[in-house]
Amino acid sequence: MFKELSELIGVSGGEKRIKEFIRGKIEQDVDDIVEDPYGNLIVRKGEIKKPRILLTAHMDEVGFMIIGIEKKGLLKFSLIGILPQVILAKRVIIGSKGINGVIGRKPIHQLKDDEKKKMPKVKDLFIDIGVTSKEEAEKLVAIGDLGTFDTEYRENGENIYGKAFDDRIGCYILMKILEQTDLPMYCAFTVQEEAGLRGAGIVAYRVCPDIAFAIDTTASGEWPSDKDIPLYPEIGKGPVITIADRSIICDKQLVSLIINTAKEHDIPYQLKKPMIGGTDAGPIHLSRAGVRTAAIQTPARYIHSPLSIVSKRDVEYGVRLLTLSIEKVYKEKSLWN
Amino acid sequence: MELARKLCNAYGPAGREENIRKIIEAEISGLCERTEVDRLGNLIAYIPAGSRSTTRGEKTPKIMFCAHMDEIGLIVTHIDKKGFLRFTNVGGLFMERIISQRIVFENGTVGIIGVETKPETPKPPRIDNLFVDINVRDKEEAQEKVCIGDIASFQQTAVIANERMMSKALDDRIGCYCLIETMKRIKQSPCELYFVFTVQEEVGLRGARTGAYGISPDFAIAVDITLTGDTPESRRMEVKLGHGTAIKVKDQMFLANPIVKDKLVAFCEEAKIPYQLEILEQGTTDAAVVQMVKEGVASGVVSIPTRYIHSTSEVCDLGDVEHTIRLLVMVCENGLGQI
Repeated sequence: MFKELSELIGVSGGEKRIKEFIRGKIEQDVDDIVEDPYGNLIVRKGEIKKPRILLTAHMDEVGFMIIGIEKKGLLKFSLIGILPQVILAKRVIIGSKGINGVIGRKPIHQLKDDEKKKMPKVKDLFIDIGVTSKEEAEKLVAIGDLGTFDTEYRENGENIYGKAFDDRIGCYILMKILEQTDLPMYCAFTVQEEAGLRGAGIVAYRVCPDIAFAIDTTASGEWPSDKDIPLYPEIGKGPVITIADRSIICDKQLVSLIINTAKEHDIPYQLKKPMIGGTDAGPIHLSRAGVRTAAIQTPARYIHSPLSIVSKRDVEYGVRLLTLSIEKVYKEKSLWN
Repeated sequence: MELARKLCNAYGPAGREENIRKIIEAEISGLCERTEVDRLGNLIAYIPAGSRSTTRGEKTPKIMFCAHMDEIGLIVTHIDKKGFLRFTNVGGLFMERIISQRIVFENGTVGIIGVETKPETPKPPRIDNLFVDINVRDKEEAQEKVCIGDIASFQQTAVIANERMMSKALDDRIGCYCLIETMKRIKQSPCELYFVFTVQEEVGLRGARTGAYGISPDFAIAVDITLTGDTPESRRMEVKLGHGTAIKVKDQMFLANPIVKDKLVAFCEEAKIPYQLEILEQGTTDAAVVQMVKEGVASGVVSIPTRYIHSTSEVCDLGDVEHTIRLLVMVCENGLGQI
């Protein structure tokens, strides 16, 4: 399932294929499925009484949108959640037809000396889909089409390589939990996280949860440094628990509950580097009169690029930690009564 | 003022407001019908309308007053081999104001902020050029005292002298103090009153939003500190220390509801309470989010003029504090009009 989830294309605003895939896989495990007007897929498992628990993972991935077609059939584009540094000369795939292309730039022979030294801006790049005229291009793509990296999924022992692990890994964890547990809960597969945490707040407003867990991936930090500063988290060392990031200071009691669960069951865990990034947990915890919210993440190398690397062990531990934490929430009445 | 001193000296950075909440809860428990702590940690006190409240057919207006319990602080991101801590900000920190200051963690561990001193260290330094020294010898010793994600506040003892108060965290414990004092003084109100001591203002006005949602007030008044323009060569601003409570007209994210603002001005004129009109070019308060909750809330802000904001020695004038409390009491006892 990692392969399918990784290779399917679902850039922010165009999550349809991911939604169909997930719906097909979980239908038999849940009691109700709603697609809300914004595009989020919200499922209910069991009869919900107290506590109302919500798990979320976002379906969308980073990518780009076609914003113009030049005379010679080259495409102009704008990026969604990606920096230009990681896109040069990469294979891409565009639109519902799955048109193949490459991010182009003038070759070395034609670059001026100062151009060689500079990082190009997105406006100096284009996507080449192998046509020679605007008319030909228009038959294959249209303004507004979404695209992303064309990356084949691979495995290497414990580690998996592919695109869109942010946040298809989260989707995978939710699907596994729906398959394995009998505890009543809501799970939501959200849209447009990468475009600004847009879908999750709408989900939380509808579901009115007492407790929420946002499940996502997070950038690992094993990069060399010249200072004596330990680098973390690392892949293969367990799920990552957020204490605080730019979008939320997570509920202290809920964070302690998760950490205690990990300790009691010998599940390795890591803490997220504080105050970096933001997740769906941000809008969820500010929904209505407030929601106790935590965020658990799978560490991944090179997220928001053509290829990221995740350890399957971390994913398995993530499923376990989340399942056990939910069980514990049910027992911890002070959190939701 | 002993209560103000106690509130300011206490530990309570954003997300870690428990100590402050406890102090306030103990102080107000006899002053209201009920208190509640909501899911984000806001402390909400409710005082019902007095008997002579409304004429038949009119709804009793709900007024929400808010002041935030949290203060700025820092959060541990790394612990190195020698036990030095690296950190990042919780709320707005000015590098030139925090170097060499003392900090304290929730468990009482105290440290000092040091700065790298290589020739290439930028001036002013960036936050990743700073570190905290908690007086340990190595990483193991450090880890016995602190953990990644622990949040510290600054440590500085409040000084009250010459009708002025100099302290950390006047932003916004002095606002909390004003609300508590108001609760103590009011006799009877034609309105339902909610006093909300909010969390996480410094990291994005978070508690006020969910607090207001739960209450659905008709009117809201935020009580917070504001900058002044009265120190040598300061940025121009028409607010001065000791010249009265400040009634906000506008800040970076907020335009005061004109009816509420005019009413506040009229109360000051009527009771001869010294006041100043405030236009703040940088920064904002809880009122900016409260006014947008649900179908909207008619909102205003009463500010206490304060120098050296977000430093460890903020300074305010006790006369201004007293004038602020008097204005708030008038609002409570007279209301802000019908809905």
